[in-house]
Amino acid sequence: MSKYSIFSLVRNGLSYHENWQRAWRSPEPKQEYDVVIVGGGGHGLATAYYLAKEHGITNVAVLERGWLGGGNTGRNTTIVRSNYLWDEAAHLYEKALKLWEGLAQDLNYNVMFSQRGVMNLGHTLQDMRDIERRVNANRLNGIDGEVLTPQQIKEIEPLINISPKSRYPILGASFQRRGGVARHDAVAWGYARGADSRGVDIIQKCEVTGIRRENGRVIGVETNKGFIKAKKVGVVAAGHSSVIAAMAGIRLPLESHPLQALVSEPMKPCLNTVIMSNAVHGYISQSDKGDLVIGAGIDHYSGYGQRGSYHVIEGTLAAICELFPSFSRVRMNRQWGGIVDVAPDACPIISKTPVQGLYFNCGWGTGGFKATPGSGWVFAHTIAKDEPHELNAPFALDRFYTGHLIDEHGAAGVAH
Amino acid sequence: MLQIECPWCGPRAESEFSYGGEAHIVRPKDPFALTDEQWGDYLFMRKNPKGRTLEQWCHTYGCRRWFNVERDNVSYKISHVYKIGELPPGGIE
Repeated sequence: MSKYSIFSLVRNGLSYHENWQRAWRSPEPKQEYDVVIVGGGGHGLATAYYLAKEHGITNVAVLERGWLGGGNTGRNTTIVRSNYLWDEAAHLYEKALKLWEGLAQDLNYNVMFSQRGVMNLGHTLQDMRDIERRVNANRLNGIDGEVLTPQQIKEIEPLINISPKSRYPILGASFQRRGGVARHDAVAWGYARGADSRGVDIIQKCEVTGIRRENGRVIGVETNKGFIKAKKVGVVAAGHSSVIAAMAGIRLPLESHPLQALVSEPMKPCLNTVIMSNAVHGYISQSDKGDLVIGAGIDHYSGYGQRGSYHVIEGTLAAICELFPSFSRVRMNRQWGGIVDVAPDACPIISKTPVQGLYFNCGWGTGGFKATPGSGWVFAHTIAKDEPHELNAPFALDRFYTGHLIDEHGAAGVAH
Repeated sequence: MLQIECPWCGPRAESEFSYGGEAHIVRPKDPFALTDEQWGDYLFMRKNPKGRTLEQWCHTYGCRRWFNVERDNVSYKISHVYKIGELPPGGIE
């Protein structure tokens, strides 16, 4: 695989950009693999990449029923941060953030990671107490964070309405300067290219229809392209995790819900950071293209239809107009939904299962994108060693039996 | 927005209702007789099927009563509404 650089750009420019090499192959599946990853989103591709890079396991296939990054990887609002309250979650998300900081160099692929800062607004005294508690907890864990006054918020975001007369006045915010956004498609493509160049087979339009087991051990997967033998199977299927789990006779503590987002027409630069508000519920940033990227809360009913109810986004846009009155006449371009797998404690499950050789990485719910590199990194370790890394050991399935839940509903930032 | 037929009040907008999760989960009669695994299964583990679902809804901003709904969670079409304690025509499996 040729390296992307200023020289390759110039060289290809001279031939009118008609001779760029394909970023990854499109092979037919082999009969057998050491590891099969089910799900070709960011997390699945990152898992394959780190299996090859960190553990030298290259006889790997990633099976994707649609196209790469066509699920939640391409549907999220691209926010990256690590300001979670509890130690277990903070360490996991901070591992991811550290990987983000060197990701473009590591992958030799520009993921457009922009550390423009993430702000979580507080609108009540209790919000502010929670914000101070979380910022202090973050700092004790070595994660940057600070508490801003309304005037400091206004200096960073001049368009925001900090009037004490507004319906839900802004009393302050937490601010993580190392947080930001990344280009979500590039993350999937960069990991796919990196994994492919190390020998991983990426197979699109390949839907898993069954998980074959023998004596409590996984031996392969049935697909629409035939049976594929595998020593180990890692499932990273987001909203469809329960469907795949049912194929192996396992139930998971998940419920799948639609989560909606929308983007506006492109505008001149007007937002400098990512602004989130739990209380009035909305989160907004501006993409490099200029459109406002806005996220809503989940629809309360279970759903697999990749769309939700209109009143949910109506409520979010009311909140955005309250925070930024000047946005009230901005036209929205597109809206869509993704299916998120929500766990009872708003934390992921990265775990071995009762079936030997079968691993699940799921339950990321509304906030998986930010964790993509870290999720792949710990899941690759879990599969390679048949043991969780200390970072993801607390996120095993057995926490629902021992009672050691990690309640991150507050830091999850999206209404459940 | 869904239109849901409350068994007592008739068809109303989804925003009047609260979603209550999977239906027909029976609370164990003697929780203390259960192992941690059985209790965890009861509390947290869900079928979360794709397609036909049986779920609980509450008419929160209406009569405030609970009832069950049979719905397709891909097309979102509601096929049947029935009261707590009743079974849907297709059974619960």
